[in-house]
Amino acid sequence: MKLLSKDLLGIKELTKDEIILILDTASGFKDVLKRDIKKVPALRGKTAVNLFFEPSTRTRTSFELAEKRLSLDVLNLSVTTSSVVKGESLIDTALNVQALGADFMVIRHSSSGAPHLIAKHINATVINGGDGINEHPTQALLDAFTIKEKIGRIEGLKIAIVGDILHSRVAKSNIYLLAKFGAEVRLIGPPTLVPKELEELGVRIFHDMDSGLDGVNVVMVLRIQMERQGKGFFPSTLEYSKNWGLTSERFRRADKDAIVMHPGPMNRGVEVASDVADGPRSVILEQVTNGLAVRMAVMYLLAGVRE
Amino acid sequence: MKILIKNGHITDPSQGIDGIGDILIEEGKIKEIKIQDARYKMQDKKIKNRASGGDIIDASGLYVLPGLIDMHTHLREPGFEYKETIRTGSMAAVKGGFTTVCAMPNTNPVNDNSSVTDFIIRKAIQEGACTVYPIGAITKGQKGEELAEMGIMYSEGCVAFSDDGTPVMSSLIMRRALEYSRAFKVPIISHCEDIGLSEGGVMNEGLLSLTLGLKGIPSEAEEIMISRDISLAKLARGRLHIAHVSTEGSVRIIRDAKERGINVTAETCPHYFSITENNVEGYNTNAKVNPPLRTDKDVNAIKQGLKDGTIDVIATDHAPHHRDEKLREFDRAPSGISGLETALSLSLRLVHEGVLTMPQLVEKMAVKPAGILGINKGTLKIGSDADIVMVDANKKFKVEAERFVSKGRNTPFDGWILKGMPVMTICKGKVYE
Repeated sequence: MKLLSKDLLGIKELTKDEIILILDTASGFKDVLKRDIKKVPALRGKTAVNLFFEPSTRTRTSFELAEKRLSLDVLNLSVTTSSVVKGESLIDTALNVQALGADFMVIRHSSSGAPHLIAKHINATVINGGDGINEHPTQALLDAFTIKEKIGRIEGLKIAIVGDILHSRVAKSNIYLLAKFGAEVRLIGPPTLVPKELEELGVRIFHDMDSGLDGVNVVMVLRIQMERQGKGFFPSTLEYSKNWGLTSERFRRADKDAIVMHPGPMNRGVEVASDVADGPRSVILEQVTNGLAVRMAVMYLLAGVRE
Repeated sequence: MKILIKNGHITDPSQGIDGIGDILIEEGKIKEIKIQDARYKMQDKKIKNRASGGDIIDASGLYVLPGLIDMHTHLREPGFEYKETIRTGSMAAVKGGFTTVCAMPNTNPVNDNSSVTDFIIRKAIQEGACTVYPIGAITKGQKGEELAEMGIMYSEGCVAFSDDGTPVMSSLIMRRALEYSRAFKVPIISHCEDIGLSEGGVMNEGLLSLTLGLKGIPSEAEEIMISRDISLAKLARGRLHIAHVSTEGSVRIIRDAKERGINVTAETCPHYFSITENNVEGYNTNAKVNPPLRTDKDVNAIKQGLKDGTIDVIATDHAPHHRDEKLREFDRAPSGISGLETALSLSLRLVHEGVLTMPQLVEKMAVKPAGILGINKGTLKIGSDADIVMVDANKKFKVEAERFVSKGRNTPFDGWILKGMPVMTICKGKVYE
């Protein structure tokens, strides 16, 4: 089996079978990452360009290392050093990068749909590394990988996503993925940040955190952007944290074997208390490790689409 | 110079005419109009003799209508000639069956003073293919702060005032505008959008905007301002015209205001009764327009509003943009649809669907705009300018944006097969085929 598209633009665009293929392939790469020599020659001679129009350390580093483990030649292009500041259009930038010989382009952009626009105009493989408030597909894939690894399945699980759903591309990708696998998805947060329309996708919405967490198997905590306070989404981080911060006391509402996830970077003491983030049920650092394996799998499989 | 248009189906609601007949044009004016009756043969001979030495156009099988009037056009000149000029925009108008267009003031510089008004009028006389009336800005620089010199612009030739593209957010300034404009009996055309509520929005708000990750504009951003402006129109006893109505709620509010006897008129655009927000899928910037494309229920409500007379006018909101401007990230692309060359055909769908009759369509695209603007157009009365469009209501064709006369090829209707199109337009006696 192969992936169906040359690009990975979002979870929306993937079938369940494709996701299973990616997760299975990632298992193999995770084994590679446990070896003493962590590099495979799979994509030697190919070139990946990480085209980041938005600041990112975590995702870019993860992609870069995944690319290096696959023996790709890697070029990092960030907005501050690119010609975008000189007024070059996004398509022109992408065409120029392609002209340099890029086989893969990982795009991070503040505009939703930017990777889709690029993918329409270039032949190279485009991977969405996070676009606006649309999707962050590799994050959802690594989250799914982590859940399967820890609990063994996704189907039938109760999974709570807590925080700023409205502005979170991570939440969106996770909602689409978990829905495809038949999990019960609960969205928890203030009404200003959890749009009611999402119920049409089959999720349950809770504004009271305690009832939302009741019996869940997974708690995904989202990063709260400090710049949202004072814009009317919530009055202060203090108030946010009192109502929707994950404390160890609240976490007791969840299933006794529940795991805690966070896409990072964390605001300790705001959306998640340190004793939970560092506690025995936290898989936050494993998510980071799994991110490498999943991104290797994605690139490896997308290369296969071309053959 | 004489032209005789023979055997066409003449529909002119301004005179209650709807039947087969002939029109004689002389020196750019309507000289005679005859509808066939029992004595037709005799008249035929008489009118034919009078046309001797002129052209005879056989309009059998065609509708012969007063030239259409677009009361909401962006011609972009001065300042944005790379998007459109008075020349190209008026040529697109003529191709679309329009003989009169009204140029919105959001040019650069803004048409907020008589020198810009004068420039547009002169340029239109020199280069324009059809009649162009300027619409002046309500406020200086369209900033919503200080009234522009409406009186001077009115005497230069502005037929209405609007800050289109941006709303007048101050209720006080809007009240003053509605009051002051009464002196000249001109309408204030309001772009209704609460920019606090619509902040950052790029498409209709709903599940689709969420799943595309695009910031939404709720219907209420439009409806709140329509309600406000209706209240202010009542207070000021002014003449309010609501631009580009896009939502079900807006139709309801306007209908209610009209029932209460408030002096308000309203327009919508073909895209608001032809397509929905679904056209945005795939981040299609050609479907990015402000107000945004809405949902099926809004489309149905707009049609109902047209049918029951709540919405008086179909205007284009022709908003041409350069290809490069639309070829970008969705949230960074400008809003607007190049509409002059598809408006009539899209509106004819309403006739084919039975939403409107042909006379009603002509009312909304010619008679009513003329009435609202107080211009002597939109009629085939003897003595008026020979502004005429001939329409083949059944001819099918494919919309090809690349073949637009307008510089703006930004249309979500590219590739559509439409039934009915203008086949000949006559502006003040000048024939365009």
